[in-house]
Amino acid sequence: MISASAVCKRYPEGLEALRDVSFAIDSGEMVYITGHSGAGKSTLCRLLAAIERPTSGSIVVNGQNIAALRRSAIPYLRRNFGLIFQDQKLLFDRSVIDNVLLPLAIVGLPPKEARRRAQAALDKVGLLEREKANPIALSGGEQQRLAIARAVVNRPAILLADEPTANLDEESAAAILDIFTAFHQVGVTLIIATHDPHWMARRPARVLQLERGRLLGGEA
Amino acid sequence: MSAFLILHRNALRDALRRFVTSPLNSLLSLLVIGIALALPSAGWLLLDNLKGIAGNASGVRQISLFMALDANRKDLDEIESRLRELNAGEWRFVSREDALEHLKSSAGMEEIIASLPRNPLPHAFVFEAGRASPTDLEQLAKNFSGWPKVDHVQLDSSWVRRLDAFLRIGQLSVVLLGGLLAGALVTITFNTIRLQILGQAAEIEVARLIGATDAFIRRPFQYFGALQGALGGLFAASLVVTAGRLLAEPVGELLALYGSSFVPRGLSLEDVAALTAIGAVLGWVGAQISVSIHLRRFG
Repeated sequence: MISASAVCKRYPEGLEALRDVSFAIDSGEMVYITGHSGAGKSTLCRLLAAIERPTSGSIVVNGQNIAALRRSAIPYLRRNFGLIFQDQKLLFDRSVIDNVLLPLAIVGLPPKEARRRAQAALDKVGLLEREKANPIALSGGEQQRLAIARAVVNRPAILLADEPTANLDEESAAAILDIFTAFHQVGVTLIIATHDPHWMARRPARVLQLERGRLLGGEA
Repeated sequence: MSAFLILHRNALRDALRRFVTSPLNSLLSLLVIGIALALPSAGWLLLDNLKGIAGNASGVRQISLFMALDANRKDLDEIESRLRELNAGEWRFVSREDALEHLKSSAGMEEIIASLPRNPLPHAFVFEAGRASPTDLEQLAKNFSGWPKVDHVQLDSSWVRRLDAFLRIGQLSVVLLGGLLAGALVTITFNTIRLQILGQAAEIEVARLIGATDAFIRRPFQYFGALQGALGGLFAASLVVTAGRLLAEPVGELLALYGSSFVPRGLSLEDVAALTAIGAVLGWVGAQISVSIHLRRFG
C-alpha cells in the first residue's frame, strides 16, 4: 500500500530532516513512527500525505509515486488519507457537524447522505450530542475526537495521525487510542507518529523509529 | 444529482451566503459597480440616440442634383434610370415648377419672383443616402457631377463631417470610459476577493489538506465575483432606465421644438441582459485573477 525508498528531505536552509529512509506498510497494518522531537516524524507524515515532496527517493502510495505526481493529482491522493494533526486544524467559525461535513462537501456528496455520514462519524467518536456546538466549546480531548471524525468521515483507507495525543491527559489519550484501535480492527491502515511510549505499551504494533532523520529499524 | 452539479450548487450557495452575511459591504460594492457600468452605458445610449436624431434630420445625408436649364424629358429619364440602378438610397424629383411654387410660398419672395421674366430654377433630384460615411457621400457627389446634363451637385459635406467627427469622438470616449470603468470593476472584485481569501485562510488551508482541488477552492469566489458583477450590471441598468424616464419628457419637448418626430430609445431587455452579462464576466475575471494570485500562497 505504501512504500518509501531512499527518501531524503532537505530544506532550503540546509536542514536535512530525513536521510535515506526506506520502509513498506501493508494494507490494514498499524504502524508507529517514533523518535525524539526533531527526529523527522512530522516531516515523514507530511511527505506521506504529499503536503511536501521528498528531495530525493520515492514514496509510492496505492501505486502512485508522490515525487512524480502532478500538482493537480495531489488532492485526489490525499483523499486516500484521513489526516489528524497535532493542532487539529479545526474551523472555529463553524459548528462541530459543519467541520465534519467539509470533506464530504469536497467530494460533492448529496446533502442528506453527507449529513447522515457526518452524524455517524460523530457518533463513533462520541460527539453526536455536541453536533451543533462550536469546536471552541469542546475540551482538548473532544477537539481531537472531532478531528478524528473529520478524518474518517470519507472512509479513507489510511489514517495518518501526527502526535494525536500531544497535550492531552491520560484518560483522553486512552479514549483516542481506543477509537483508533476500533478503526484498525475494521481494516483501516493506521500510521501514528508519536513520542509517547504509553501508546506502544497499550497497543503494540510495528515501530518505525527515527533518529536525526534516519530510520533505525522496525519490529513486528 | 451528480457530484459535479452538487459542487456547483454548493459553491453558488456559499457565494450567496457571503453576499448576505456582509450586507453593507455588498451594498457598497454594488453601488460602485453599478455607477461604473451605468456611466458608459448612458454614454452609449446617448450616442445611439444622437445618431438616430442625426439620421432623421433632413439635409444631413442629402445630395441635390441640379439639372442644366436646357435638360429635357429624355435627360431627366436618363438620370432617373441611373439613380434607380445605383440603388444606394432614396431619391425624389423636384420639377422646376414645383421649386418655383415652393419658393413663392416663402415670405417676401412672391413679388420678387413675379418680377422675373421666366422661371430661373432648374429641375432637380434630391438624393437621400442611407448610412453612408462622409467619404462615400463625397464620392457619390463626384459621380453625380459627371452625369449628363447635371449642372451642379450640392452636398453639405462639412456639416456631415462635423457630425461624424463628433460622433466618432463620442464613441471613442465611451469606449475609453468603458474600458477604464471595466478595469475599475475588475479591481473592485479583485480586492473584495482578496479580502475574502485573507478572511478564510484557515478554511482554505484545511480544505487543501483534506483533499480539496484548486477548482473546489476557487469556485465560490468565482461565483461571488460573477454574482456581484451581474447584480452591479442590473443596478446600472436600473440607473440608466430611471434617468431615461426622467429625461424622456423634457427631451421630447426639445425635439418637438426643432420639429423632429424622433422618439429617443431607452434600454431594451436585450441591453439589460447584455449589461448584466458584461458585469458578470468582468466580475468573474476580477475574481479569477484574484484567486490565481492569492491562492498561490496556500501551496
